[in-house]
Amino acid sequence: MKMKSALALLVAGLLMLVLPAVHAASEDGSDSVIWGKVKTALVGERTVIDDEAGTVVELEAPVRAEDAAVVPIAIHTRQLPGGVHVTRLHLVIDENPSPIGGTFTFAPLAGRADIETRVRIEAYSWVRALAETSDGKVYMARRFVKASGGCSAPAGKDREEALARMGKLKLRVEDDAVAGQPSAVQLMISHPNSSGLAMDQLTRLFVPPHFVRRVDVTYAGKPVMSADVDFSISENPNFRFYFVPEGPGELKAEIVDSQDLHFESSVAIKPEMRGS
Amino acid sequence: MQSVVRKCTGVRADFPVLRCVRALAGAALLWLSQPAAAVEPLPVREVAAGVYVFHGVTAEQDEHNHGAISNLGFIVGSRCVAVIDSGGSPMVGEALLASVRAITPLPVCYVINTHVHPDHVLGNQAFLGEKPEFVGHAKLPLALAARGRNYIEAAERMMGAAGRGLQLVAPTRTVSDEDTLDIGDRVLRLRAWPTAHTDNDLTVLDERSSTLFTGDLLFVGHMPVVDGKLVGWIAVTDELARMKVTHVVSGHGDAGDAWREAFDKQGNYLRALYAQTRAAIRDGVRLSRAVETVGRDQIDNWALSGLFHRRNVTAAYAELEWED
Repeated sequence: MKMKSALALLVAGLLMLVLPAVHAASEDGSDSVIWGKVKTALVGERTVIDDEAGTVVELEAPVRAEDAAVVPIAIHTRQLPGGVHVTRLHLVIDENPSPIGGTFTFAPLAGRADIETRVRIEAYSWVRALAETSDGKVYMARRFVKASGGCSAPAGKDREEALARMGKLKLRVEDDAVAGQPSAVQLMISHPNSSGLAMDQLTRLFVPPHFVRRVDVTYAGKPVMSADVDFSISENPNFRFYFVPEGPGELKAEIVDSQDLHFESSVAIKPEMRGS
Repeated sequence: MQSVVRKCTGVRADFPVLRCVRALAGAALLWLSQPAAAVEPLPVREVAAGVYVFHGVTAEQDEHNHGAISNLGFIVGSRCVAVIDSGGSPMVGEALLASVRAITPLPVCYVINTHVHPDHVLGNQAFLGEKPEFVGHAKLPLALAARGRNYIEAAERMMGAAGRGLQLVAPTRTVSDEDTLDIGDRVLRLRAWPTAHTDNDLTVLDERSSTLFTGDLLFVGHMPVVDGKLVGWIAVTDELARMKVTHVVSGHGDAGDAWREAFDKQGNYLRALYAQTRAAIRDGVRLSRAVETVGRDQIDNWALSGLFHRRNVTAAYAELEWED
């Protein structure tokens, strides 16, 4: 009996400790049912560490989206002591029709597990960046973004022109590549990246979905970064990331879309040697 | 009202156009302050014989303005009436229909939508009882299908009672190039434009009075909103500015007789947006930064720039980075 009440007291005490934190998290609406499901799908039962201080992962997103169909997002990561680093990033937009916008996997050649892209946001939503580290932990940065209707903007605004240009890629290294240093790369893919349109009762129109689903970037034949993405990424998907050139080689991007169309582009890199 | 308009179009002030908009908005505000019970007609002005225009307030849709934020009009023929844009809610559409009824018993045989934006189409349902043809650009149905649900959600969120019970009404007759409508001794010339303000802009020219309804291909006072193609809109702005017409009814605001200057002013903004966005892309300025730097010298010239300028830069950037 005594034991039991002591236990109860302990439990109550623990609850007191835990409750304020739980309360704070649900008060800002970030503990949604959708998020619970997405979390389990992405990282199973692992604890997600809310990285408010940005120790491992930081998410840049506007408070209010200017154009909900083109919301710039940047995810920055840091290494932890002991060589622990980020191997994978997940981008989640809770309120989108398909909340998991992308999963980005970084090989050692990436040098830095950072990604910038642009997304569509359908409704006022939490946007999250989940970072999986090499020691098996999961960190999360999140921002609330006020946006609406991003997914329903007609692809291309000028559809014929968008379709005529589909599959054109632009791949460029932003500055002169330096051997052994992470260099920023921009990859632009001309593609409607459309969620499609279910049979519309009003107009009887039907537009099938058509979006980029896979991006693989290699350097001299070795993996740098790969991405599994969907139509939460804006029309004309745009990615900025890093790679570390060691010697001369070819930087190559290969794209596969939801209709199994393949596109690729490559650029020859001759890094400068510096500091030797 | 007329004297105020004449005065403001003739004034050589810093922003004569803006002042003009404010003066006209007074009429709209007066309408908004009326009790909501009976359907009070919108205050319309006869800009030419048989051509009536309501000038909306320069604002976002909200529970006070009910979406009466764009210019709406109607033209009376000997057989029937053509309505040009129906307003941002059924409530506004009903008030516009009441304005028609205050002037003529003739049926409304056409409701023409100048483009897909909600402040121009969400009043359509108020005209269903008239059994008109609903007329729009050939690309309007797809745009409505893609965005309609979202427009309804935004209306519900922002306009309270006026935003409830909305239904979309799609065109029953579309225009892919040019078309004419005869409303009885009066021919309206419709023209579908290549992608400019949106990808479904349609203009209406009343030949008899030489009055051109531009829809949102012309903004006066209200910052122009790029939702189509910047380069295309610059070209269309220039072409419209050269048209030999007597009266121009813009989609927002009113330039009165100074409509050529209004086109020039809009062209200047669009060109500055184009030049500065291109320069930012060339200099490697990223999108998230460009929205803070591009066109800052332009924003004081326009109302609602806080709502729309960064968005315009975003649209311009996404478009122009694919140039070449």
